Amino acid sequence: MNVRIDTYQQAVSRILRFDRVQRTAHWANALLFGILMLTALLLYFPGLSGIVGRRALVVNIHVWTGIALPVPLLISLLGPWGARMRRDLRRVNKWTRDEIAWLWALGRRAPRVVDKFNPGQKLNSLFVGGSIVVMLATGIVLKWFQFFPVSWRMGATFVHDVLAFAIFVVVIGHIIFALAHPESMRSMVKGWVTEGWAARHAPAWLREETGEMEEDQSVAHSD
Amino acid sequence: MTTTAKGAPDQKAGVTIAVGRRVFLGMTALGLAGIVFGARLESVLDSGLQRLFPWWPGFRIYSISGSYPMISEAEYRLEISGLVDRPRVFTLADLKAMPSTSFSQEFQCVTGWTVPNVEWEGVKLSDILDEAGVRQGATALSFESYDGADSESLTLYQAQLPDVIVAYRMLGAPVTTEHGGPVRLYVGPMFGYKSLKWLSAIRVVDQVIPGYWEQNGYPLNGWRDGSTGPTDLALTGGVA
Repeated sequence: MNVRIDTYQQAVSRILRFDRVQRTAHWANALLFGILMLTALLLYFPGLSGIVGRRALVVNIHVWTGIALPVPLLISLLGPWGARMRRDLRRVNKWTRDEIAWLWALGRRAPRVVDKFNPGQKLNSLFVGGSIVVMLATGIVLKWFQFFPVSWRMGATFVHDVLAFAIFVVVIGHIIFALAHPESMRSMVKGWVTEGWAARHAPAWLREETGEMEEDQSVAHSD
Repeated sequence: MTTTAKGAPDQKAGVTIAVGRRVFLGMTALGLAGIVFGARLESVLDSGLQRLFPWWPGFRIYSISGSYPMISEAEYRLEISGLVDRPRVFTLADLKAMPSTSFSQEFQCVTGWTVPNVEWEGVKLSDILDEAGVRQGATALSFESYDGADSESLTLYQAQLPDVIVAYRMLGAPVTTEHGGPVRLYVGPMFGYKSLKWLSAIRVVDQVIPGYWEQNGYPLNGWRDGSTGPTDLALTGGVA
């Protein structure tokens, strides 16, 4: 009997937050960021450079991982499998006036209505996306420096260094937030959150998901 | 599209603005502008940043082998051979007994990072060449490192420039192991990769032999004034 209740509860209370494509893209992206950040430390800090040496090899790993960096997100966004990814990207793009006010108040005032992602999460996604483009562009100048004037190389080094520092801050912050919110993190591992979690953290999204059941078919047809 | 239609009733304010796109494009634009104008910004910020972060903007240590070669001052030897009248081996004491030269210069890597006002002291490479007696037909030098992997090259003309030295002091102290001590090459007019660390041997040769970094795509002539294209003709040297 207990089993039955459990199954029943699961059926009604689990809501898919990230599908397989999104989770794969996230973890592939995280792996690439991790390799880049580790090799970055080796390249940047003399103490670590000395221990590991083999600079040409470390540089190669860093450069090719960097070139691969946009790939998981692009594949997950552009493929026929990327419907949810694209829909979430639209969510990250659209901000209500309320959320903009949150941004100007530097996060001190909670927005009245929280959609699937809160403004901080949206900002994190945008920062990661922007970082990929800027780090790739500056990295290309540093790798193929022959084709750029010296002042550009210096500028690219400056931007690459400053943004790397910011990336370390944001990524560490992201990991701390994830550890502090295990249910949120589980949704990036297993995909789902409970209805209770959604009601607390993303009520607008919950209403959208639960009110959407019957409309889903029509959407499928119109696609 | 269906999403916004469904989302709409939930949002009292109703209107949404494409903030995400602006943030993303703004960040990208800022980053690209930084490539073009960042050098100027950095020179303004430099002193302040260095006070804030002691490691900014420091040396990035380029070690291409597994670890640093540890050579004591007593066991250090510099061999000069090839197209010379008097091949010989210098000890550190031999080098220190020769006339020394010292100066401060900005250290600059080909990829753009710089360290201002680095002090150097050592023996002019031209003095060492005179000591050994360069023979007719010699056009270039090939340098070897104690790390067993790194190598460098200079034309004879480049080697005789006044700020090309065999350095045993750097930053006001004996050159540390990390920076290529006890003795390294310092090629003032060129980017950092030309300044070979842990200098072990100088061979006088009749043609330029590309060094380690050159074999990995760095220009043969690392002139700092920007004429770094791989098309630079090493043997015409002096025009820079």
